[in-house]
Amino acid sequence: MSSGTSIARATLLKDLRLEWRSKDAINSMLFFALLVVVIFSFSFDPTAEESRRIAGGLVWVAFLFAAVVALNQTWARELRNQVLDAYRVSPAPANSLFLAKALGNFIFVAVLEVLMTPLFIVFYNLRAEGPAYQLLVVALLGTWALVVNGTFFAAISLRTRSREIMLPLLLFPISIPALLAMVEATSSILTGEFSARFWIVLLAAYDVVFTMASLFLFELVLNAE
Amino acid sequence: MKRAYPILAVLTVALLGYSLYEALVVAPTDRLQGDVYRIIYYHVPSAWTMFTFFAINFVASVIYLIRRNLKADAVAVAAAELGVVFNTVVLVTGPLWARPVWGIWWTWDIRLTSTLVLWLIYVSYLLLRRFSSGGQMPLLAATLAVFGALDMPLVYFSIWFFRTQHPQPVVGGGGSIDPRMLHIWLLNWFAFECFGLLVFWSRYRLEIMRREVEETRELESLLETRSPR
Repeated sequence: MSSGTSIARATLLKDLRLEWRSKDAINSMLFFALLVVVIFSFSFDPTAEESRRIAGGLVWVAFLFAAVVALNQTWARELRNQVLDAYRVSPAPANSLFLAKALGNFIFVAVLEVLMTPLFIVFYNLRAEGPAYQLLVVALLGTWALVVNGTFFAAISLRTRSREIMLPLLLFPISIPALLAMVEATSSILTGEFSARFWIVLLAAYDVVFTMASLFLFELVLNAE
Repeated sequence: MKRAYPILAVLTVALLGYSLYEALVVAPTDRLQGDVYRIIYYHVPSAWTMFTFFAINFVASVIYLIRRNLKADAVAVAAAELGVVFNTVVLVTGPLWARPVWGIWWTWDIRLTSTLVLWLIYVSYLLLRRFSSGGQMPLLAATLAVFGALDMPLVYFSIWFFRTQHPQPVVGGGGSIDPRMLHIWLLNWFAFECFGLLVFWSRYRLEIMRREVEETRELESLLETRSPR
């Protein structure tokens, strides 16, 4: 195993262990997403027919907002005791740190999605009319799209004043095509009226483009003085 | 170079005045839309000028990332601000025209939506510049500019799936246009580019001066803390 992968693995395991012991991120994300679900259901009062049409947007907006909670604390944790500075002077490759952080966030958001999906199904009477296995593909690609850019922009907003406000301001405009693809794909699978293929391909393209861009530019951002 | 600035200023004023006269008085009235169509003499040239400045911003950002040249960063910030200004003009004049002609202010059509997303991305770029400070800010801003440029094709494709309502591009798009109208259009475009360039130049010089002042101040405060001893 090369040193890059072992560093990535060590960082990932450290983050997972920290999260397992404190459960800060997952608890706040879960409660936040739950609040969004309840508040949306008050304001829409959806019937089964209608909720199938709007659920795509609803689910992903809830996950997006909740993901920001986890993303915001990704790097903030490393500021204590100058961990990030230590990382900067060490010869460890920057990209393995980035990939470990992005994977960690991916796991947190995926756990959130697994826990929240039954609630959505119960509250909104959801049932897929289209091919349901595609929802899994959309969820995997969509979650990666959110966290890869989210992890990168969290590293940028770490360097700004009021960093917690800055992250969504940077992340949401860039994520618009990905969000549109996730929402449209989910809606077309749930209603079964259209094929979701175009949106899945678009999501995959978005993932590839921004994963490459993040890996290419992360070292510059990490070492920015 | 400095002598060219007043020449450009005079040229811009003359061009803007002449093209305004041409657009409002000389240009023939549209057979279907009436006089309201004349807003395209401002709407479309603004859009083209906006693209010019966003392209300048992207190129300057890439140059900054490669060379770490602070002048490239000053070009990038000036171009981004002007791009947002012209983008705002496009987004305001569009609905003003759409309301009488389409009967609606806004529609989620590809050109409208992608222009709006472009505006959002560049406003977030300017916000990032505002909220970060020090030597790392140009680098962070330049990476965001690259991300924004990568995002635009995806934005375009994602919205392309919806039916489009916006008139197809007349220039190079196979549409028909009165040659007099086209002439006035291009004239307005040239005037807008000159105007943009003029403001861009001032903003660039202002940015360079601002940095010099900042550096001098920092130097002075360093000297002051030493001298009283």
